Amino acid sequence: MTQVAFAPDVFTWPSDEPQLIGGRCPRCAAVAFPLAPACPRCGTPEMDRHLLPRRGTLWTWTTQEFLPKEPYAGGETFETFRPYGVGLVQLGDEVRVEARLTESDPKVLEFGMELELVVVPFRTDEDGTEIVTYAFQPV
Amino acid sequence: MEDVAIIGVGLHPFGRFGAKPALEMGAEAVRAACADAGAEWKDVQFAFGGSFEVDNPDAVTGQLGLTGIPFMDVYNGCATAATALELTADAIRAGKYDIGVAVGMDKHDPGAFTSDPVDYGAPAWYGEMGYFLTTKFFGMKINRYMHDHGISHETLARVAAKAFRNGALNPNAFRRKPVAEADILASRMLNYPLTQYMFCAPDEGAAAAVLCRADIASRFTSSPVYLRATTLRTRRYGAHEVHSTWAAVEQDDAPTVYASRAAYEQAGIGPEDVDVVQLQDTDAGAEVIHMAENGFCADGEQERLIAEGATEIGGSLPVNTDGGLIANGEPVGASGLRQVHELVLQLRGRAGERQVPGTPRVGYAQLYGAPGTAGVSILST
Ligand SMILES: [Zn+2]
Repeated sequence: MTQVAFAPDVFTWPSDEPQLIGGRCPRCAAVAFPLAPACPRCGTPEMDRHLLPRRGTLWTWTTQEFLPKEPYAGGETFETFRPYGVGLVQLGDEVRVEARLTESDPKVLEFGMELELVVVPFRTDEDGTEIVTYAFQPV
Repeated sequence: MEDVAIIGVGLHPFGRFGAKPALEMGAEAVRAACADAGAEWKDVQFAFGGSFEVDNPDAVTGQLGLTGIPFMDVYNGCATAATALELTADAIRAGKYDIGVAVGMDKHDPGAFTSDPVDYGAPAWYGEMGYFLTTKFFGMKINRYMHDHGISHETLARVAAKAFRNGALNPNAFRRKPVAEADILASRMLNYPLTQYMFCAPDEGAAAAVLCRADIASRFTSSPVYLRATTLRTRRYGAHEVHSTWAAVEQDDAPTVYASRAAYEQAGIGPEDVDVVQLQDTDAGAEVIHMAENGFCADGEQERLIAEGATEIGGSLPVNTDGGLIANGEPVGASGLRQVHELVLQLRGRAGERQVPGTPRVGYAQLYGAPGTAGVSILST
């Protein structure tokens, strides 16, 4: 089965230890995600490619329990859609990133819980290609 | 700088109106505002019109009279109507014109808002992967807030139940049936901890206000309401806001906090002077958080205040007396002028069944929306 990364500019893959690709300002050292053309703090029109820590803690979270409208490209129908968790994950003392969580049960999700970046299936196309994306999984 | 008075307000009901175009609703709102002001459209020297869906709100002149006035169109997310109001007020404050109109109108499809994330400064994949949802942001924000400040799920339900109760008293509201707190809590979970009945929905409607130089207000009306402050602020580095892929670890306050402080300073009054409040209740959690962000209580105090009924129409701090966004829905371009419409009725003592008792003198309105923009207006008699 062919696997293809969704938004390959956003995380390192294939890799046993995938990382999110952020940006670090060469002038003020602000870290942001993803790598963007300018610094959000000081406006410097360049950012250095900066790989983010693989582990983090859950700053806040919610669940996505209805099928998003377009431009969502997950390919589910109302019948096949399964809720997913979304969190704001703090990576070291560098930055917080919004990301899917592999866990979506409010009884299991806890503020401050340890998480690790993993690559997970996102959807399977008609030709059998599996599209993968990143998510954070409880350690 | 000239002082500014609001001499008339008008509103087209919020809800669903079949094939009726937004521009027609806008025209009705302006006619109503002019009639309320005792002014005629031909007296109006300029206007600002706000909308998300209508490319040219100025086309409303085709239904009001093609008088050739300057008519500027604005869009500024959920703060669109506050922007139209501020710009209209500023043009009068600067002495450029004596009398003008701010109008907002919209007509949205049902369901959560969607758009191209790239137009909001987020990458295309942000939408494709299922992150581009305002509701998800509000779920994350209130979830952390509840954890930090001891706000309960029941408090969220109380806020929504109040909105529906107040909406039932408002003939212009979209949702006019009271809903029990138990039913709100039991309705479908959309984005934990927020259930379906805790959210506002996009809909249709229009609202308008006629503003003039305060020193000529008495030519038109015996009950002018003065616009004491209008402020707008965008997000700062360190604030986690709608449609952002990331947030800095070093936290800063939300844009509402800055807009609010600046508005109090401009008006020369404090939150303790405010008698009636309209807050952006995109969801029940947002109303709770915005009570503190606008200085009406400390973080966490909402739990007690709401349980005691402080934010009810007869309470010490009436919030969203017309049902807010939860009962009225959100035609984005019009929403902030609906708040102003309600405040003007309240300050004139003409809000009917939902009139705040006593003689409210100071009204406060706040808007918040993507991608982290807040607007605050303070009115007084
Ligand atoms: Zn920088």
